[in-house]
Amino acid sequence: MGETTTIESFRAEVRAWLEAHCPAEMRQPVRDEEDYCWGGRNARFQSDAQHLWLRRMGEKGWTVPTWPREYGGGGLTPAEAAVLQQEMRALGCRMALWSFGIWMLGPALLKFGNEAQKREHLPKIARGEIRWCQGYSEPNAGSDLASLATRAEDMGDHYLVNGQKIWTSYADQADWIFCLVRTDSAAKKHTGISFVLFDMATPGVSTKPITLISGKSPFCETFFDNVRVEKHNLVGQPGGGWDVAKYLLTHEREMIGAIGDRTQSQPLGAMAAHSLGRDALGRLDDPALRSRIAEFEVDEAAFRALMQRFGEQARARQAHGAFSSALKYYGAELNKRRQELIMSALGSVALEWDAGVARDWLRSKANSIEGGTSEVQLNVIAKRILELPGA
Amino acid sequence: MSLLLNEEQAMLRDSARSFLAENAPTAQLRQLRDSHDPAGFSGPTWSAFAELGFAGVAVPEAHGGTGLGAVEIGVLMEQIGRHLSALPFLSSGVVAARLLNVAGSAAQQVAWLPRIASGEAIVTLAVDEGPKHRPEPIGLRAEAHARGWTLSGTKSFVPDGHVASLLLVVARADDGVAIFAVPRDTTGVQVERTLMADAHNAARVLLLDVALADDARLPSGNEAALRQALDFGRAAAAAELLGIADEVFERTLDYLKQRKQFGKLIGEFQALQHRAATLYVDIELARAVLAKALHALDTAPLQAAEAVAVAKAKCGAAATLAVQESVQMHGGMGMTDQLDFGLFMKRARVLQELYGDAGWQMDRLARLRGY
Repeated sequence: MGETTTIESFRAEVRAWLEAHCPAEMRQPVRDEEDYCWGGRNARFQSDAQHLWLRRMGEKGWTVPTWPREYGGGGLTPAEAAVLQQEMRALGCRMALWSFGIWMLGPALLKFGNEAQKREHLPKIARGEIRWCQGYSEPNAGSDLASLATRAEDMGDHYLVNGQKIWTSYADQADWIFCLVRTDSAAKKHTGISFVLFDMATPGVSTKPITLISGKSPFCETFFDNVRVEKHNLVGQPGGGWDVAKYLLTHEREMIGAIGDRTQSQPLGAMAAHSLGRDALGRLDDPALRSRIAEFEVDEAAFRALMQRFGEQARARQAHGAFSSALKYYGAELNKRRQELIMSALGSVALEWDAGVARDWLRSKANSIEGGTSEVQLNVIAKRILELPGA
Repeated sequence: MSLLLNEEQAMLRDSARSFLAENAPTAQLRQLRDSHDPAGFSGPTWSAFAELGFAGVAVPEAHGGTGLGAVEIGVLMEQIGRHLSALPFLSSGVVAARLLNVAGSAAQQVAWLPRIASGEAIVTLAVDEGPKHRPEPIGLRAEAHARGWTLSGTKSFVPDGHVASLLLVVARADDGVAIFAVPRDTTGVQVERTLMADAHNAARVLLLDVALADDARLPSGNEAALRQALDFGRAAAAAELLGIADEVFERTLDYLKQRKQFGKLIGEFQALQHRAATLYVDIELARAVLAKALHALDTAPLQAAEAVAVAKAKCGAAATLAVQESVQMHGGMGMTDQLDFGLFMKRARVLQELYGDAGWQMDRLARLRGY
């Protein structure tokens, strides 16, 4: 009883704070990627409201509600964080900050970082002051990530990094990078890898955006030519980078899996009916498409329920450690289906390049490749959850 | 609201599991089938099931039940699915109990609910009229006259109709949907047992100028009440489908870890690993969305339509995939009657049809969402 009262009074507090501090503009549904706020040293704020919302949430620590207060977090319990999320959803508040620092690096630093690293980096992530990118994939290390070849040579007090990364999301806009490098070329492929952090402004770092089929360039090639990395920027043990990388990947998978859940999207059936019209009984005037949409919506509703159930299991410490692979796999495939259905629902209108719909459709094809392909996720499920042999 | 079982619910699951494993396993279904048992279920097993309080979970305590909710119904139905237990629980303990509870007169409730809970009487809903579940519109006519009603028409696919003491017959009266409590031995009622593929039972019911007193009509037996009772039945069928999916998937996974071909365990082949992983995800989706539907029925049964439609469609799809993969991955052995997979496949097919197949559920979802 006491617990319920406390959480309910917390809910009232949260709601009052959000109503008082979330600008009206930040309660409008997100229209497209341009509405996301990524922060960083060179942040471009779309509006004063967006800037204000980030500052207020950052000061409160609610961009990272469950992180400890001493690292810039909100210090909330998982139950309180769930309340915050529910109330933000109820009021239609946008996420104040989109950040790889929050979703990926932060959890890894909390687990593997030393005290100095946590104090240095976490508060800046929480406030959106530093924007991070992830240096994982290489031209010859995709699904087989552990075969990566970027070298970090031990120079006594620092490392000298040489090599190339690819598919580095927003490398050209990021301030710092968390990067997998090979520190021991004699060791087995999983054990010679280390996890390092460095500033993208360090001499020898260069980036080159890659134009995708969508016409956009969210990814870059990133080159390292004799880049000096101080040794205090090594996270975890030398040669222990693979453990950090794996831990971080599970967070990335949950994040990609949750994309469909996070963006408040227009119901497909209504969109299609608006575009194509209705028959005399009020049904979408395209029976085949109507069936496909209904089938999709069944799976989408099931996926939302699965996300909710997984959250409850995680809070009760009953979740399987590899379950994020299931969410990543299904969330990615679901979003691809959604985009195909939108294309069908809007027909030639969606094909007009400047409308942007076709770009989103094309962008979605990467969902089942980035962060581990769907095939890799199925391998992980088979091996770690189903315990099938030799996988 | 939590989608995970609480302690009491987990205990209910464990006790139902051990009871059914011992008393109503697949071997019993085989025995009933092969001996052409006239009832199609074991009387002593049903009585023991009722004595443990299971048959009356949906019956209020005032009428001799335990008055538990949809989540508990789901817990029991999953175990019934896992063991393929042939029991008239879904028809009588879930759908009929719910309908009498929300729509019956005080006299009807007093007469029948305690006997449903004790297992002495089997009551079943007669709604379908053609080869598919189409509750709107109802064709069977109810004519009002001075002292009562006359019913004429046919009903099909009535679960456990041949052993029911009472039929709850859905009819169309001048003022809309009407539901009547019709004892099976009423003059003019003909019940023909239809042995189904799953070796469970259903019946075709013919009503020829059946004369009923005025108080045979369920006073609140309108469309909303019918929908609510059917939604409980749909969610319960979905739970049984999930139990089937879980059971065949576990058995298939074991087989993948034992069977060798080409000098390897077949579970080492990626073609099978990916199919097993895909099926696993589908079953987890079904589990989550079923929990959502059961909670919706417990919280606001009249607003649960969307969640129930989604759960029935998803559990049906997951179980269909699971039984098909179980047969395929067991190869020729999967096709034999000696193994149980055929039994699971047949039961899953019947449950798919019962109270609306995936296509019907999806059409309903689309209508509810306005497209």
